[in-house]
Amino acid sequence: MKIMITTRGDFVSPRFDLSPEVIIAAYYDRQLLEEPRSIIISDVSAEIICDLALQENVATVICGGIEEQHYQFLTWKKITVIDAVVGPYTDVLELVINNTLEPGNILAGVTSKEVAQ
Amino acid sequence: MKQITCLSKKIQAREKMKTDPSLQNSSLISELLNAVPHGIALLDTNLCIVAMNRYLEAMSGYVTDEAIGVYGEFILRSNLGSKNQVCRDVLESGESVSTEGNIINRRRKKIPIHFTLSRLHNEQGKPVGVLIVLEDISVLKAVDAQQDGTSARTEILGHSPQMEKVFELMSVLARTDASVLITGETGTGKDMIAEALHKSSQRARHPFIKVNCGALPEALLESELFGHVKGAFTGAVKDKPGMFRLAHRGSIFLTEIGDLSLPLQVKLLSVLDDQEFFPVGASKKVKVDVRIIAATHRSLRQEVQQGNFREDLFYRLNVLRIHMPPLRERDGDIKLLLDHFMRQFSTNLGRNVVGFTNKAMNTLSSYHYSGNVRELRNIAEYSANICQGNKVGIKDLPQYLFRSPDPPGQAPVAIAPAIASAVVREQFADKTGGWTEMEKEMIMDALRKTGGNRSKAAEILGWGRTTLWRKLNKYKLA
Repeated sequence: MKIMITTRGDFVSPRFDLSPEVIIAAYYDRQLLEEPRSIIISDVSAEIICDLALQENVATVICGGIEEQHYQFLTWKKITVIDAVVGPYTDVLELVINNTLEPGNILAGVTSKEVAQ
Repeated sequence: MKQITCLSKKIQAREKMKTDPSLQNSSLISELLNAVPHGIALLDTNLCIVAMNRYLEAMSGYVTDEAIGVYGEFILRSNLGSKNQVCRDVLESGESVSTEGNIINRRRKKIPIHFTLSRLHNEQGKPVGVLIVLEDISVLKAVDAQQDGTSARTEILGHSPQMEKVFELMSVLARTDASVLITGETGTGKDMIAEALHKSSQRARHPFIKVNCGALPEALLESELFGHVKGAFTGAVKDKPGMFRLAHRGSIFLTEIGDLSLPLQVKLLSVLDDQEFFPVGASKKVKVDVRIIAATHRSLRQEVQQGNFREDLFYRLNVLRIHMPPLRERDGDIKLLLDHFMRQFSTNLGRNVVGFTNKAMNTLSSYHYSGNVRELRNIAEYSANICQGNKVGIKDLPQYLFRSPDPPGQAPVAIAPAIASAVVREQFADKTGGWTEMEKEMIMDALRKTGGNRSKAAEILGWGRTTLWRKLNKYKLA
């Protein structure tokens, strides 16, 4: 299963449309198949990220705040969207692999100190 | 497990709040914040959420309990630069920032927001956090979008060189704050120009008040314009602010200024000079900041010569002047306007009228349009109502177009042809023999046109079939 996490720094980006980077990872049976790779987005926009998700043929997109139209577009393209997620992307990835991540989850490590690190 | 760690962070944050003396009155703070009708977020010096009011809870979709202790940006999800840069700047510099942006809330809705960020200090003047006020401006944005769609400039149609000159002049006049005089024949669009000037000026955010100086008697007009105080005259049971005060910081549009009485002209001149006046019956002067836009279809110079208009006021108003060219002098605009109005009416009426036949267009292009754009609009509306096919032909045009033009000085009043019967009546208005004879003629004419088809005749006359049947019986025409 291939997933995409929209990120900014070490965290899930607060906004899907303003994410400067995405992490693509593939896993099977609770194991990562390869090292997650990151893609830097040159012209940040929700449409470009949606296109990227289609190109990469991901099954799940994990993001922060996303507009309804983009959410609907991705779900229409049979992509599962887990939105309003707050937390470091490594922890998020772990939860996804374990199939325990839910929309709206606020994970630990999201206070100022961690963000500044 | 992660959620448990998160919970412990929140408990720590709350403990910190309790021990931080500057935030000890957190319950009082939240009460205060809830009283404000805008979203408010209180961040500590680490830019983590300390408090949110109920309005922001509704706006963001997060309750305060889950947001406390979390880095503010993760909850607010604004577009105010990455890593909360604006908040950091406010915290460092202490300078408040007011800016527009948006947030995406938990319900996936993008909300346009006016953000105001200020630094908070404790009693010793030490910064203790940042206060963010989020004003939902989605309604304002929706109105703006509506206005943009039908913005004043786009509403005024015209590609003729004459109109291009007007548009060029308008863009210059919009940048100034001086009074403007708009002249031109009736129906040339003076009102629209005035509104467009206001909308493109710096006063656009403030009111635009239109007053027709010819519509009210002098005594009433004075009270309308300048307001009155309670007891100024019989019936003045309470203070009235008047149009000038209502237009404060905006623009007042005085249409038909040529009809203004001489005493009011004096008062208007003093307002123009001093920007202050006495409301009727008041002993205190009122100061206003209003831009005056005046319009008239009369020749003010001629009025001055005849002694009906004060010369000083004329020169005061005549500083910046826009003259609206009559439609007959606007090369090529007739076709453009006809197409525009036809499309508009045809859509509104749910008809499929796509344009005019060549003959009809030739007739309309050579018509003199004494009522200018207003008359042209009415002709288009009439034709859209009457036309049964998908192209307006000669028979669908108002009959008065084919009469010889009225002698100068007796320009026909532009008719409102929405009601077909009213137009038909006009055609017979000059017949003698009273209403009965005229109505008979109208019925006969309609029946002749439709080859005896009563349903169609009733439609032309704007009546129901039963009404026509009753009238046919009444006049023994059946």
